[in-house]
Amino acid sequence: MTPLLSVKTLRKTYGAHVGCTDVSFDLFPGEVMGIVGESGSGKTTLLNCLAGHLTPDRGQVIFDTRADGPRDVLAMSEPERRMLGRTDWAFVHQHARDGLRMNVSAGGNVGERLMAVGARHYGAIRAQAADWLGRVEIDAGRIDDRPTTFSGGMQQRLQIARNLVTQPRLVFMDEPTGGLDVSVQARLLDLLRGLVRDLGLSAIVVTHDLAVVRLLAHRLMVMKDGRVVETGLTDQVLDDPQHPYTQLLVSSVLQV
Amino acid sequence: MTDYNFAYLDEQTKRMIRRALLKALAIPGYQVPFASREMPMPYGWGTGGVQVTASVLTPEDRLKVIDQGADDTTNAVSIRKFFEKTAQVATTTRTTEATVIQTRHRIPETPLGEDQILVYQVPIPEPLRFLEPRETETRRMHALEEYGLMHVKLYEDIARHGAIATAYAYPVKVAGRYVMDPSPIPKFDNPKLSDCPAIQLFGAGREQRIYALPPYTDVVSLDFEDHPFEASKAPHACALCGSGDSYLDEIVTDDAGGRMFLCSDTDYCESRHERGAA
Repeated sequence: MTPLLSVKTLRKTYGAHVGCTDVSFDLFPGEVMGIVGESGSGKTTLLNCLAGHLTPDRGQVIFDTRADGPRDVLAMSEPERRMLGRTDWAFVHQHARDGLRMNVSAGGNVGERLMAVGARHYGAIRAQAADWLGRVEIDAGRIDDRPTTFSGGMQQRLQIARNLVTQPRLVFMDEPTGGLDVSVQARLLDLLRGLVRDLGLSAIVVTHDLAVVRLLAHRLMVMKDGRVVETGLTDQVLDDPQHPYTQLLVSSVLQV
Repeated sequence: MTDYNFAYLDEQTKRMIRRALLKALAIPGYQVPFASREMPMPYGWGTGGVQVTASVLTPEDRLKVIDQGADDTTNAVSIRKFFEKTAQVATTTRTTEATVIQTRHRIPETPLGEDQILVYQVPIPEPLRFLEPRETETRRMHALEEYGLMHVKLYEDIARHGAIATAYAYPVKVAGRYVMDPSPIPKFDNPKLSDCPAIQLFGAGREQRIYALPPYTDVVSLDFEDHPFEASKAPHACALCGSGDSYLDEIVTDDAGGRMFLCSDTDYCESRHERGAA
């Protein structure tokens, strides 16, 4: 089976400071990979390198494209990479404000990706936007409201709808539940889990919240100081941590 | 009066602007940066248009200046006087007699010919400005032909108003490549941009950009398949000349709801009047 995404010896430094180094892994279709670690451990740097927002110093990011099979994303031309970014890839930001256009209606936000890939029929775009709002549990009556009038949880769900409307195969998520209260988090996780399963999405989820990866991720990568210190199946890593840092991380979670 | 160089600008500046104009003509719809000069008028009064006009003007030219279609408003009168004084060129109010026409926010109703140049004053040259505030990003979007965002604006219009409510500065696609802001002309004038025999030059002084449409360029107004572009105007006839197919200004005549609709193109209206009287 060809991996959907194959990362080889990725390294990114900021001057003398190491962002992340020596990261290699494969992600298979339908798989959800969690990346955990404390603040400053390089997980967001890694995610941004993978998604093409940052240029790594070394390494390869090989994506299994629909048209030409596995290709190194870093060697692609910018138009190709940006096209990938709005068709087969999706990026869910921690703050919905970063991923949404706050002065454009919910329908326009969801429709933007469709229009970017050439949809030019208003009725069809609107119907698809309404459908997607329904899927993320936003009332269809709010299709013409701006995201500024939405609650934090709704904004985050809208961001997810906006990203998934072009049916991407790979979703990057940066702390998707950050800044939300626990009951809203639980609903969002439930929704994400359903979408990932129904659409057969592959995803890379960066978070410091172990509960999120426990629920969402199949596999887990633990990062510290820019390096991967432990990898494995989620339950295996969380229930039987081997590396001292992972043990610390797991034992730091308050058991209610 | 010989204290001024011909047409106010010095020859080196004109040369710089002409180079920008040539580049703009070679890449229709592309915004060429140029080193805009301080002009003896405030930004927003047509400094870009004046610099372009000064650079294309020759002593044999006959200049016409219009402001919202009218030859007799402040902006038009002062720019016309400016060139009468600094270039001593002949001026006219007749569209057919002019070789260079500087315009603010209108295209003359009378069809233009191959021997004419139309110079637009442009306040904001970037069609994506209010959708994407970062200039670095909009330039990249132009370069990569990523114009989905422009349709998001039109989508918002339909979602909010039931129809594309953008009435002026209506975005167009030039020669199948660049999306361009046609300056704040009413969308009624948009069809006149396309396949026009005259050279159309756009100057934005404050924003330091020049762009152009060579003669007979294909210009398409953006729209949706189920909401096609419509060149709209007030559903009236001109109260003075009776024209039913020219763009109209609405003029409030009293405080009891009285109003009349007049041609915004004064030359067009007057010439129809004269012909009718003769």
